[in-house]
Amino acid sequence: MNKYKALIGLEMHCQISNTNSKVFSSAKNGYSEDANVYVQGVDMGFPGTLPVVNKEAVKKALMMSMMLNCTQPEYLYFERKNYYYPDLPKGYQITQDTKPSPIGIGGEVEYFFEKEVKRAKIDNIHLEEDTALQSHLPECSLLDYNRSGIPLLELVTAPAFHSSDEAVAFLETIRSMYQYAGISEADPKKGQVRCDVNVSIMDADADEENPDNWGTKVEIKGVNSFGTVKAVIDCEIARQIELKENGTYDEMEQQTRRYDEETNSTKFMRSKQDAIDYRYFVEPNIPRIKIDKEWLEDIRKEIPRLRNARMKTYIEEYGIKPIDADTLTKEKSTSDYFESIISNGVKPVDAANWMNTIILGSINKLSITINEFFIKPETIAELIKMTYSGKISKNQAKNALYEAVDTNKNPLDIISESGIEQMQNDDELLDIINKILDANPSQVDDYLNKGLSNIINYFLGQVMKETKGKANPAHAMELLKQEIEKRK
Amino acid sequence: MYMEKSILELHEMLTSGKVTSAELIKESLEKSHEVQEKCNAFVTILDDAIPSDVTDDLLSGIPYGIKDNYSTKGILTTASSNTLRDYIPFYTATAVENLSKHGAVAVNKTVLDEFGMGATGTTGHTGAVLNPWNRNRMCAGSSAGSACAVASGVYPYALGSDTGDSIRKPAAYCGIVGYKPTYGMISRYGLLPYASSLDTCGVLTRNVKDAAIVVDAMKGKDEHDMTSWDSSNMHLLKSIDGEVKGKKLCYIKELVSLDNYPHANDTLKAHIKNFMEVVEKIKSIGIEVEEVSVDKKIVEAVPNVYNVISYAEATSNMSNLTGISFGPREAGSNYIELMKNYRTNNFSPLIKRRFIIGSYVLQKDNKERYFYNAQKLRRIITNAWLDLFKNYDAVVLPIEAGPANYVDLSKNYNEYDQELVPLHENLQAANLGGFPSIALPDGFVGGMPVGLSLTSKPYDDENMLNIAYAIENTLGYANQIAKENTNE
Repeated sequence: MNKYKALIGLEMHCQISNTNSKVFSSAKNGYSEDANVYVQGVDMGFPGTLPVVNKEAVKKALMMSMMLNCTQPEYLYFERKNYYYPDLPKGYQITQDTKPSPIGIGGEVEYFFEKEVKRAKIDNIHLEEDTALQSHLPECSLLDYNRSGIPLLELVTAPAFHSSDEAVAFLETIRSMYQYAGISEADPKKGQVRCDVNVSIMDADADEENPDNWGTKVEIKGVNSFGTVKAVIDCEIARQIELKENGTYDEMEQQTRRYDEETNSTKFMRSKQDAIDYRYFVEPNIPRIKIDKEWLEDIRKEIPRLRNARMKTYIEEYGIKPIDADTLTKEKSTSDYFESIISNGVKPVDAANWMNTIILGSINKLSITINEFFIKPETIAELIKMTYSGKISKNQAKNALYEAVDTNKNPLDIISESGIEQMQNDDELLDIINKILDANPSQVDDYLNKGLSNIINYFLGQVMKETKGKANPAHAMELLKQEIEKRK
Repeated sequence: MYMEKSILELHEMLTSGKVTSAELIKESLEKSHEVQEKCNAFVTILDDAIPSDVTDDLLSGIPYGIKDNYSTKGILTTASSNTLRDYIPFYTATAVENLSKHGAVAVNKTVLDEFGMGATGTTGHTGAVLNPWNRNRMCAGSSAGSACAVASGVYPYALGSDTGDSIRKPAAYCGIVGYKPTYGMISRYGLLPYASSLDTCGVLTRNVKDAAIVVDAMKGKDEHDMTSWDSSNMHLLKSIDGEVKGKKLCYIKELVSLDNYPHANDTLKAHIKNFMEVVEKIKSIGIEVEEVSVDKKIVEAVPNVYNVISYAEATSNMSNLTGISFGPREAGSNYIELMKNYRTNNFSPLIKRRFIIGSYVLQKDNKERYFYNAQKLRRIITNAWLDLFKNYDAVVLPIEAGPANYVDLSKNYNEYDQELVPLHENLQAANLGGFPSIALPDGFVGGMPVGLSLTSKPYDDENMLNIAYAIENTLGYANQIAKENTNE
């Protein structure tokens, strides 16, 4: 690899999942296991139906365009991309061409890679409609039009990356932006994120700013998870290096390939000469739409704090370890949960500790998302605050939470049912302590007169045993010391 | 014969109890079968049409016809194409829905040139529509069945659509009125498209007031069509008062003067002579009419620009016709074969020719030369007409080079036809600019009706209809019913 370096460009398709309806129809924008339940005529290309632009989708697209530091257009145009395919019911996709201007053009994004801040140039981002979903069975192929017409953003980067890890770090950043801005769940499991990858290699010492030095571009289409993006890039770089080494690289045409998982290799699909001519032209059913400056300003104000900003706060203001901050912000829902605990009066470091130990562990164990976790952040906050006031110990709190997860109960109920709180009644506790002290005169003597101060732990053990663990150990210790001193 | 009367007369008779809606429908259906027998005007006759309540609404209880490219829920809608020979839509076009709300009763669906493409009325999948004045001749297209039926007295009006001249030319050939409003005044939702940026819904009637009444009921902004606009402040019928003193018209020398046609035959000479006599009659009612000169290149460019744009849009618009989710499914061992067989077996040669041209002009290597240049010329042509509208209320021109052509195309052959193309196709300019335009009968040549067109600036429909009404009164061809002449 040292003789060569790779140039990698990405096309990332991400559904806008957070609109009520589809981008050009009033059908519900949703994910369903049942086929063909979210469908209007236009989603199936029925004769005479017409597209109507969803303003909310445009708004979210413009927000993403801003977050990528792209330029937004003065007028919005849509184009038709014409080709025949069974998943494309109209025979064309309504999309945007780079001319006259898509929803965003010429941006730049910062992302972290190996503790460094990197910048990637964005060529453009455009708003389009998703296609229907095909499933191929031995005897037939099935079409599910639920997906047809879901708003889709296609982000195209410059050839900005040099390794598969760098590319994936960038994709993770973009994914978090979609999630944090409330534009998309960006869930690859629901097929909401799909990538095409462009790979070429060039001599390591050549200047990559000069496109003349670039190698032959190979596009690998339809890569549906970030893990696969990494595998695809790695095996394609290896393939191209091998061509260089055996002297056949120059014969390679610009081409489109696909990834074959079984052999972990890319397979030839078509050469550039056979590329489809999409015969783009302006969509005549959608008049150009003026984008108001004031509207843009309003949208800009609505951009929420993104992952990088949150991580910075967690590390610099809250004193949370970078590795923990990274975990806490990986999913927006996790970060929101964490911040909700804090806003209910818990110290950030404590909240982070609870998150990274019990809470994330529990949801992993249950294989659910944090939004599906039945214990709400307010409850967690109450639990932690009880340890602040000394009503219960940290261990008691954590044990209650573990039990709650196992039994599907509210941890606060577990605390109150177990009576731990009732041991707050000092009279009862004092009574128990004095009985124990009375029963163990020689140990009291050891403590008071022979300097065996560790023996106090023996007494505490007795107290906890006697109270069946309901006493708050810290508080019990305090009372123990007080009572034993009285016997001096 | 009730069905030979105007809408206003019928409404008066219905409200005064002289006739019932049921009686009108019965007569209209009987007449439909008679005209079907003679002229082949209908795809479907709705024998089970149900009378509607007679109200104050002018259209209530009165039968009408629908061109078979309007989507009608539960009723076969073929666009006169084999591709849709069994297609029953799940929804009704907005324009038809609007008429239903006014109590109008549809009694049949009329034949057109396949998908509105074609100017002869002879290419529908159910065969040629014959001219009710002379069955050796065509009605012209594409709204052939509608023109034939209205001229035959099947009902007072029928819906048409006009992409190049598809309402106005058949109206002229059948001696009736054909009104194409400003683009977007009537929703296109549910109109099976030919070329979306040119397609206009409209109506064929036997007098100008009827046209105003029907379009008053059809028009309005529709949330399903982004190119429709709010015309609630326009009242077409109310604005007709016949007051035209001081109005100014012009005709274009490069189209009207016989100097442009060195090989003019007697028919053309008679047609132009008639037109010039009509101009004098128009002047006699206080309307100024002047001859203007427009750059001949602009006049000659119209058909070429129209062809490039309309064929390109048509190619794309009809890509949804694959037989996959609607239409008769063809056999094939894979989707490509299936689509290919469907399109090869079911489209007529005329349409295929247009698809090939439409694809060609959009291809990467040709787009600049053809499609983009056509778009630029469309703007230039539109501006040339808008310049005329600065000084004139409307442009008045003869329609076509004479009366209806023969169905037997070989009888129409003229080796000098090329010089007539600008005259044949001049109505297309109104579609390129989105202008309102109306055809009126203005006399006879060789026993067959001929017509003139009035075209005004966008949104000036009220003014144009008022002038048309005044001219209609002067010429005296209102409420003309076809009288079959068999002397050839």
